[in-house]
Parts: sequence; structure tokens; C-alpha cells
Amino acid sequence: MAEASVKPVPLLKDELDIVIPTIRNLDFLEMWRPFFQPYHLIIVQDGDPSKTIKVPEGFDYELFNRNDINRILGPKASCISFKDSACRCFGYMVSKKKYIFTIDDDCFVAKDPSGKDINALEQHIKNLLSPSTPYFFNTLYDPYREGTDFVRGYPFSLREGAPTAVSHGLWLNIPDYDAPTQLVRPHERNTRYVDAVLTIPKGTLFPMCGMNLAFNRELIGPAMYFGLMGDGHPTGRYDDMWAGWCMKVICDHLGLGVKTGLPYIWHSKASNPFVNLKKEYKGIFWQEEIIPSFQSASLPKECSSVQNCYLELSKQVKDKLGKVDPYFNKLADAMVTWIEAWDELNGAAK
Amino acid sequence: MSQANISESEVDIVIGALHSDLTLFMNEWRPFFLRFHIIIVKDPDLKEDLQIPEGFELDVYSKSDIERVVGSSTAGLFSGYSCRYFGYLVSRKKYIVCVDDDCFPARDNMGNVVDALAEHLFNLKTPATPFFFNTLYDPFRKGADFVRGYPFSLRSGVDCALSCGLWLNQADFDAPTQALKPGVRNLRYVDAVMTVPVRTMIPVSGINIAFNREVVGPALVPALKLADEGKLRWETIEDIWSGMCVKVICDHLGLGVKTGLPYVYRTQRGSAIESLKKEWQGVKLMEDIVPFFQSLRLPQSASTAEACVAEMAKTVKEKLGQVDPLFLRAAQAMEDWVKLWASVASSTG
Repeated sequence: MAEASVKPVPLLKDELDIVIPTIRNLDFLEMWRPFFQPYHLIIVQDGDPSKTIKVPEGFDYELFNRNDINRILGPKASCISFKDSACRCFGYMVSKKKYIFTIDDDCFVAKDPSGKDINALEQHIKNLLSPSTPYFFNTLYDPYREGTDFVRGYPFSLREGAPTAVSHGLWLNIPDYDAPTQLVRPHERNTRYVDAVLTIPKGTLFPMCGMNLAFNRELIGPAMYFGLMGDGHPTGRYDDMWAGWCMKVICDHLGLGVKTGLPYIWHSKASNPFVNLKKEYKGIFWQEEIIPSFQSASLPKECSSVQNCYLELSKQVKDKLGKVDPYFNKLADAMVTWIEAWDELNGAAK
Repeated sequence: MSQANISESEVDIVIGALHSDLTLFMNEWRPFFLRFHIIIVKDPDLKEDLQIPEGFELDVYSKSDIERVVGSSTAGLFSGYSCRYFGYLVSRKKYIVCVDDDCFPARDNMGNVVDALAEHLFNLKTPATPFFFNTLYDPFRKGADFVRGYPFSLRSGVDCALSCGLWLNQADFDAPTQALKPGVRNLRYVDAVMTVPVRTMIPVSGINIAFNREVVGPALVPALKLADEGKLRWETIEDIWSGMCVKVICDHLGLGVKTGLPYVYRTQRGSAIESLKKEWQGVKLMEDIVPFFQSLRLPQSASTAEACVAEMAKTVKEKLGQVDPLFLRAAQAMEDWVKLWASVASSTG
């Protein structure tokens, strides 16, 4: 049975890093200051490393530009994208903390329907610290939230839930649409505040957006590789999608949960749909093949660590998707490089 | 995105009357019920005459009608909350909306009264998306769409066969949960409808549902009766069983099930602690029921809801028959139901 959650939410300030990719500036941090200041920030500077990114006063941070990435990873730096926010996953790799929260630099504090500022980080922490329920759908959504519970018919043996590995937040204002949808509906804004967190059921895939995302790095970190995007690669804007598909297959295999819903952030910037279309174009066609292949993916019982699962997936990517485009062979190799780099920096899996 | 509208002439509202005085219930729902034909089925165990206010277009069925239509030996299928299934059987309409007689129209977050009927019909007439989860929930609602990363080939969706609504105030908790938290009321209006993904099972609450009778009518089976089944929802799991059957069949036939809006306002009644004694059997049985349905697969040859139910009945007998004699009776009830459906029910006419 779910417990009434009346305890204050722990800050976890020494256990959580905030990873922010940026190519422009970090002005958005001013609005987040009341919520982010206690935490250590890992800033991954994309693009020209000679440009100086000014970090607002008073934040505790490390900043890594391309030169740092090359220096730290050596030849393995090839797996980290350039000129794409996919580079953020370098931040996951170098972090030493248990939890990661990542947010885009055009995302601001949203307000809930009562007009109160939403502390997105606090909600992500609540989501991560309470179990998920991937094995049976609770029609009242997250049963561990205050004011709700498991419904009639929910088996008691499943009420302890599974550990939560990922908390996927949403966005008010500019919705995360693909380029064709943006072109057809340029004025649509997401104004609907859906007051729910729910677990994505086992066996169900979803499009994971990296704009407002938190995860337990100890449980799932190595699966959060954001792929090869941007400069030198045929597609962009599929970095988070790729990580989401890999992550979900692995979470389902290892008995970990993924939540989606609250918290909302305010997404302020609509990127240019024509630019987006050029970036996504290949991805839109490829996802028709990629998704069925992930939906039918299965991992052998012996894969009991995230790294082993991920390496197994990289083989399946080569086998099943290599024939779609040679890019997938490169991507599969990069997945292996990523795990090697992860283990080098963090110690190999037990 | 334009879908054909569902006309009133395609819909029946079915009410299972477990209380004799339906005056307040019908009057509160009047603005929304008025344009539809209503089937009221009186619980055969209810002794008092029904009190129904004037002005509605309705047919009322009681114990004698049930016995006349299905025979007195089969009439036992329709006692208590299961009386509503008789309404599904005799309806001639394509869509059914069914609400418990202790539920009233709810108010949304803006204080507006919710037209639960219109919302159910919207859910049924717009496609469901069971093959991939849309993080902005129902993409067919105004102001929403499919998000980046949603495959285009899956965007036309499939027909929605079942719409499962929710409840404000008294949520549909089981007796142990409500007994432990007697003061908990569901105050959270979650402004979302979503498709339940394929192969994901859910506990369907019969308190507030709507469905496409033409396609899945036979799949809503009045089959699982607890030994001590009572007149409070805590003392039943017939709808949970029925809902699992529907979900497996929908997954098999490529149809969708939605959950979320609309809300109804459910009043409190009964004592959870008293019910604890009765529902405990149901709580225990769920431990067997859920794994059974999660692993249930139907043969390709079963291409209608009736055929699916007949197949399921066989499997229930084989796999659950030894666990509890209740399941043998449920399997028999499912077989009887399929026969009844063939002889009594017909497609819309």
C-alpha cells in the first residue's frame, strides 16, 4: 500500500548534478536561481571552444568545452556529438553524483494553475525517490503521490513497485513537435496543465525528450548516451529519442521504472521549423524502422548490468539497422566507445 | 482532424439500478441524459419499486423481464451490479454509456459541469494510439498533437472500443485501502485522456464507462461473482474481470482502450471496514487473475469478440479452474454469455 507522503522532499544537493548543454549563454539560470543555486552545475559548452560562456555569479559549476572533451576522452571523444545538444551526455559521464537533472537553456520556470512557480527539480526528485509501477497500470496514475493510491483491482503483490530510473518532465508553451507538425501548426501552444505523473508500462516505448529530464545515474547512467548527431552526421534532433529507446528496453529488462508527466517547465524558444526539417528529415524515415526493431528487442538473461545490456543492444543495432543505413554501424560502434569511456571514467560494472 | 459525430440515435445509456429511488440521480443528469434513450435495469434482488422522474425516453427492465428473456436459470448472471449487462444485451444501439447510480456530474478545474456523455463519445469517436505512447497524451484533443519522435505510420491510430472514466470524491479504491485512509477523497482533476498501451493491463472500473457495443459488446462479460458479492463496489470484482477480458480482446483485434476523462462525482456510502470481510476474496484472487490475463494470447482464428470470449472461457477453465471453483463458474458464465449474445442480442437495427 502506498504511504502518505507528508515528509519534506530532500534537497539531495550533494547527490545531484545539473547538466546543461549550451552554445549561447546561460541567462536563463537567473530565473532558476532560487531552485538551482544549492546544486553543482556541469555545463557542456558546444560549438566554438574559444568563445567564453558567462555563468551568472554565485553558482558552483564546472564547464567543459570541446577542448576539454577531447583532452579527457582522447580518441574516444569521437562518440560525443559536436554542434548538437547531444553533447550533454558528456556531462552525465563526468559527473560523480547519483542523480542527474538536465535542462535546456531555453527552458524557464513555469507556473502551476494556481499561479505558483513550479520547482521542477523538487518534483523530479519526488518522482525518482518514489517507486514506479510498470507491471500494471494504475488508473489514478502515480499511487505514491499525496491524495491518491492504488485503485481497486490492483494486485497487492505489485504495490511495492519498481525502483524509478528516469523522470521525464513536460513543457508548457512551445510544445516539442517535429518539424512537419511545427510547419502545419506554428501557433499551437501547450496550455494544458495535466496534473499527473505516471509510469510508462513495461513493454511500451515512448519519445523521450531531453529538455526536462532527470535520472538515477547509478541505476541507468550508461544507457543515457545521446548518440551521434550534428556535425558530420546525417541526422539531428533524435539524440534524446535514441537514448530513450535504448534506456526503456534496458529498464524493462532490469526491472526499473520510467515516469512521465510532472514537472512542467516553460519552453520559450521555437526553433526554426525549416532548419529542424533538414536536421530531422532522415530520422523521420528511419524511426519507422528503428522503433519496430526496439519494440522487438530482447536482452539475454545474462545481461545483468546496464553496460552489458547496452553492449548487447549495440550488436543488435548493427545487425538489424546496419542495412537501413551505414550510419547505424557507426552509431553502434560509438555506443561501444561510449561504454568504454564510461567505464574508464567511472570504473567498470561489477 | 474531423471525425464523424456520433448521433444520439446511436447511443443507449444503461443504468443498473441498485437503489430504488433514482429521482435525484436522474434529475442531476437530466441536462445530459435528455437527448438519449435510456435503459434502466433493476437489480433483481431489489425489492422496492423504482422511482424515476418524468420526461425521459426510457425502457425499464426488472427481474421478470430478465427471466422472460434469458430464462430463470441464466437470470442469475444479472444480479447486483451485473444487472447492467442485461441492458447491454438488449440494447440495439452501437454505443453504450454506463454510470453507477450513486454518481453525479462532476465539475472540472474551472468549476464547469462536466458533460461526461459528450466526453465519452469523443473518446470513442477519435482514434486510440496503443502502439506507442504519446507524452502529450491524447493527440486528438484540441491543443495537443503527436510529439517529436512519434512515428508517422502510427498517427492514424485505431478505433477506440472502450472509454474508462474516473471519479472525484469517492475514488474506486478497494476496501483495505479505503479502510486505512477513511478520509481520503480524490480531489485531483487530471485533465487528460490517454490510450492504454497494447499488452498493458488495467483494472477497469465499471463505475463510469462507455464502449462500442457493436465491436466489443460480447467482451463485457458478467462472469466473475465473488462468493460474498455485495451491493457495494468494494464487494465486487466483476468489472475488473470483464475489463481484463475486453483489454485482451482489444489488443488481439487491434482496437484501443482509453482511460482518464471524463470524471463523475461519486458519493460516499457504506463502510469499508465492513466490506473488508467480503472483498478479501477478490483481493486475493487478483494475484492469480492479473498474471493469467497478462500472458493470455488468443488464436489468430478468433476474429470477433464472441469467438474471443469463447476461446478465453476454455483457457480460464484450463488454467484457473484448479485455483478456485469460482473460475470454473466464471468460464461457464462466459460460455453462457456468448450463447445469449448470439440468441438475444443482434447488431444495430
